[in-house]
Amino acid sequence: MAQMTMIQAITDALRTELKNDENVLVFGEDVGNNGGVFRATEGLQKEFGEVRVFDTPLAESGIGGLAIGLAFTGFRPVMEIQFFGFLYEVIDSVSGQLARMSFRSAGRFNAPVTIRSPFGGGVATPEMHADSLEGLVASQPGLKVVIPSTPYDAKGLLISAIRDDNPVIFLEHMKLYRSFRQEVPEEEYTIPLGKADVKREGKDLSIITYGAMVHESLKAAEELEKEGYSVEVIDLRTIQPMDIETIIASVEKTNRAIVVQEAQKQAGIAANIVAEITERAILSLEAPVLRVTAPDTIYPFAQGENAWLPNAKVIMETAKKVLTF
Amino acid sequence: MAAKKDKQFDPVEILHAIEEKFEMFQILNEEGEIVNKDADPNLSNEELIELMTRMVYTRILDQRSISLNRQGRLGFYAPTAGQEASQLASQFALEKEDFILPGYRDVPQMLFHGLPLATAFLWSRGHFQGGAIPEGVNVFPPQIIIGAQYIQAAGIALGFQKRGTKAVALTYTGDGGTSQGDFYEGINFAGAYRSPAIFIIQNNQFAISTPREMQTAAKTLAQKGIAAGIPSILVDGMDPLAVYAVTRDARERAINGDGPTLIEALCYRYGPHTMAGDDPTRYRTSETDSEWEKRDPLIRFRTYLEAKGIWNEEAENAVIERAKEEIKEAIKIADAAPKQKVSDFINIMYKGELPYNLQEQLAIYTEKESK
Repeated sequence: MAQMTMIQAITDALRTELKNDENVLVFGEDVGNNGGVFRATEGLQKEFGEVRVFDTPLAESGIGGLAIGLAFTGFRPVMEIQFFGFLYEVIDSVSGQLARMSFRSAGRFNAPVTIRSPFGGGVATPEMHADSLEGLVASQPGLKVVIPSTPYDAKGLLISAIRDDNPVIFLEHMKLYRSFRQEVPEEEYTIPLGKADVKREGKDLSIITYGAMVHESLKAAEELEKEGYSVEVIDLRTIQPMDIETIIASVEKTNRAIVVQEAQKQAGIAANIVAEITERAILSLEAPVLRVTAPDTIYPFAQGENAWLPNAKVIMETAKKVLTF
Repeated sequence: MAAKKDKQFDPVEILHAIEEKFEMFQILNEEGEIVNKDADPNLSNEELIELMTRMVYTRILDQRSISLNRQGRLGFYAPTAGQEASQLASQFALEKEDFILPGYRDVPQMLFHGLPLATAFLWSRGHFQGGAIPEGVNVFPPQIIIGAQYIQAAGIALGFQKRGTKAVALTYTGDGGTSQGDFYEGINFAGAYRSPAIFIIQNNQFAISTPREMQTAAKTLAQKGIAAGIPSILVDGMDPLAVYAVTRDARERAINGDGPTLIEALCYRYGPHTMAGDDPTRYRTSETDSEWEKRDPLIRFRTYLEAKGIWNEEAENAVIERAKEEIKEAIKIADAAPKQKVSDFINIMYKGELPYNLQEQLAIYTEKESK
């Protein structure tokens, strides 16, 4: 086993699948010789050649079109959107085309395309780089949306995403790229899509979250433990489809829950989770299910982002409201 | 002191010099005479008859489709009359292994590339089986989003190139489509990779109601390919021989590794944009209509073939009768398609296991629909 950062685990997963399946292609802006702006594809072009790992002209919509066409000729494309804020430039290829491929052709065609993209706040990027737009793609039937929070999960989930026969959006939180290392097996392994992970067990409150907020939630859980509360933290890992079973089992055990997301509050993933809990487990609840989210403004400029992003402190405050309800 | 204008670097002059190069390429004129003998693709008599047969068949299919739509027996339909040469002569230049990415008006090319007529009718009606392209038929379901097929064609062409497949991806859009970002991205990507794609613009003069002159300051649409660095040509889109020749030529270049080509085919749609309420009298005059009708592809090709002694009224009537018969049969097959169920829709959403939400919804609808 090796100690890896999340970015190293991602490179390792790409290398594993490029080796395993000659139909896997990796492409996007600057992913070739340059190894990607975050070095996620470092060394891959050298190792696998320019036919399989290649740069594209600078046009996100065109990259989406390439992925669709390459999938039609039997390839398993892994395309990169350099920053997820650029999603708006390629939203037709993603939601208008890829997501509908199977439906539109009555199941004749499918699109085994993985879209990797960095996102998330706290690293002082310019505008349109940090936004949490996962809700936008998760609301589109036909797609799967994966957001890992650890190096170990990132490798296993990315391999599963590439092997999946449907379009999968794989979102990589920039703050987690190099924030810590973890033991990651050098051999291949998969983590099934749609399965959450209980990152910490507890019996008084369930915190349901994903992405960078997993770590803020774990910090909050540790602090709450000092005050005598036992808090469970569920990392969804895949936000569409969601692991409802794990969420409901946890809520039925703890009888109290909060949902934490980095994205703004309006029409978000958290709202959907609250609705699912209400529909399925209302009689288990001892308190309202509250949300911790960013406020409903445009993502602020870099110097202001830490005042805006949800953090362990807000999570603790919200958790206490629910715990003492 | 004002700088002396250097003629060599006059941007207006450069523009005019490029635009002047784009003269309309023609082989068979409006009178059915060969005006460019050197460029004649020299199709055999059998091939000429087959191409004429397809154009007549498609004109009848268009008339019948309009009438079926008015009777409520077809759904979405975009009329094709006037565009038979740009549609069918370009498809005629392809081989079966080539891939077509059609727009919603390009159903005739799909049919002659292997799509069953009944499937096309189901697509028009909005039955999910209308997208079920049979195995071995290299076409996409018709694209609705204007221009999206251009970037996808670049993708298929790149796939052929990476696999070393000797085939091309051919796609169509209209004059309005050339204003889309995806149009530029598609021709630019294929140019950058030198991949085997053919991009056809069927310039039928109107994007619904917006005239061609309002789309762009460019004098021709073909010249847009110059910016992408790809060979580009303006062709008489109502001349089947010219359309065939330029498409065949583009295909040769593509499979020889010489990259993509952009073709602007000048044509006209006699009918409305679609049968969903468009009224062409709001945006064009009957004088313009009759000017274009004089250039009709069927009239000039008929004259040419009759002069060669290989076509006559009897031959044409036989095609018309066959078309009517096959349309009747296809409608029968479409009528017999099973009633659509929500559980069908759920089952075609994903390949492999369904996500939990759809599994639950499938159980609900299966139960409901079994009653």
